[in-house]
Amino acid sequence: MFIRKDHYELLEDLKSHSAISSLVIKHEVSAGDLSIYVSNDDIYDVLKILKDDDIFLFSQLTDLCGVDWPENEIRFEVVYNLLSMSNNARIRVKSLTDDKDNIQSICKLFPCAEWYEREAFDLFGINFVGNKDLRRILTDYGFEGHPLRKDFPLTGYVEVRYDDDKKRIIYEPVDLKQEFRSFDFESPWEGVKYPDDNLDSENLDDK
Amino acid sequence: MTNKSTDKFRVNFGPQHPAAHGVLRLILDLDGEVVERVEPHIGLLHRGTEKLIENKTYLQALPYFDRLDYVAPMNQEHAFTLAVESLLDVIVPKRAQYIRVLYSEIGRILSHMINVPAQALDVGALTPTLWGWEEREKLMVFYERACGSRLHAAYFRTGGVHQDLEDSLIEDIYNFCDPFLNVLDDLENLLTENRIFKQRNVDIGIVTKQDVLDWGLTGVMARGSGYHWDLRKTQPYECYEELDFQIPVGKTGDNYDRYLVRVEECRQSISIMKQVINKMTPGPIISEDKKVAPPKRADMKSSMEALIHHFKLYTEGYDVGPGDVYRAIEAPKGEFGVYLISDGTNKPYRCKIRAPGFAHLQSIDYLGKGHLLPDLSAILGSLDLVFGEVDR
Repeated sequence: MFIRKDHYELLEDLKSHSAISSLVIKHEVSAGDLSIYVSNDDIYDVLKILKDDDIFLFSQLTDLCGVDWPENEIRFEVVYNLLSMSNNARIRVKSLTDDKDNIQSICKLFPCAEWYEREAFDLFGINFVGNKDLRRILTDYGFEGHPLRKDFPLTGYVEVRYDDDKKRIIYEPVDLKQEFRSFDFESPWEGVKYPDDNLDSENLDDK
Repeated sequence: MTNKSTDKFRVNFGPQHPAAHGVLRLILDLDGEVVERVEPHIGLLHRGTEKLIENKTYLQALPYFDRLDYVAPMNQEHAFTLAVESLLDVIVPKRAQYIRVLYSEIGRILSHMINVPAQALDVGALTPTLWGWEEREKLMVFYERACGSRLHAAYFRTGGVHQDLEDSLIEDIYNFCDPFLNVLDDLENLLTENRIFKQRNVDIGIVTKQDVLDWGLTGVMARGSGYHWDLRKTQPYECYEELDFQIPVGKTGDNYDRYLVRVEECRQSISIMKQVINKMTPGPIISEDKKVAPPKRADMKSSMEALIHHFKLYTEGYDVGPGDVYRAIEAPKGEFGVYLISDGTNKPYRCKIRAPGFAHLQSIDYLGKGHLLPDLSAILGSLDLVFGEVDR
């Protein structure tokens, strides 16, 4: 009764649909999940086709999230997880953007995208054009910075405590009583790189 | 009723309000007693779970999932372990699958036994709350006997579960099942045909089929509106395929239908628990893969290799091959998903938690508009929110 459309069939559908196959830059399959990459200019059009076209009917936006890749030229990735209840299928749509390069909001297609976009804006600083209410959502009132960026420290910058003299809550710069410990998990026997190592470290890297 | 502009005012509901079910602040625009706009302010319980998980090994990340929806902790762990397992391609032994399903269903009852009575409490009935909590207490003892902790279980592991269940515990869980059905009957006697309960819930907070799609509603919110959609059936994971159970579906999608669906789901969960217990046979409870699962304590006394594996697992953890995966389970509140990106190291590169409550709460402005202020707390009750997962 509940037949699932797997990634092979989905891929066939995508290839047979001329409007969408021309917009897809590349696709990937990981652990049975299909992801497609599209340009940030096309994201609205692609999602509209995926939502409305009779062969796809991805009518529910399950999730939208940002990913930070600081070493990449275009830093952020926005990942849309879509669900089609009628075809019993899932697909991921990914698009690259950075904090200046804007990406189109999809609130008009999926009203529930509003909060997800607010979250991605809050945590990564990704700017969604067309979202009328792009405010912070999860972090504190008056918070500064975008905490899920990789260059944002885990400990944050400010801490909060109740000041007995001032009789109110105050914000202070973080003062760690014990230094933050970052562990190097690289085993000393495998693949460790020394500064003046004339050995080819890659040859040692076979685990 | 007069409709002068002076009747309009703005009210702060929460952040500390008994009907808010946690730390939720709503800013309400009211016209007399009619709600014109609801603006939720969330994040008051934000703990940066996703950021913390990025800085922990896969094993260390697991306990954070108990702290999301803390009324049904193991269901969250389930989504995370399934995601890691599908990246690693680990095979879970049969007994472990049954144990996980057993405890997931206990989690479902735990959650519904808070939500159903809370919904009644929101409209003025106190007694169901006392009964619900009593049953929860019994179930939390089962949690404690399995893993040593009533709430923050940290029981599921990649490849299985942490410890085996004793026969006496399984027997006690079985003996819990039938008396619990009587409690459900008592609960229904109090509520289902109760005049006040029906007046406050029937035709309140109606969710149409289109709303379900637009607002990303899942779980009971979707089933209450007539969608025959339950991930345990439609996209089966673990051993749900071989179990026999029904999906209760509502008709109108109002608060009352959602209440009925939840009560019936408890009955189905009991049926699943009994089936699972009958199918359970002795056997391994965690994968044999020594790179993922820790060795037995006894082996560590005699085998050097076991000792090394143990040390490596609890210091460095295990590396998960590069890739990304989204795995969702049918949590008591809806579709709980984990989107995991692995870069091939021992820590997740990104772990996005898709909490059902986040989407449900977002629809409150749409659902509450035009209702009376007291109806708003009834709708909030039927959305089944826990701020651990909404705020993450």
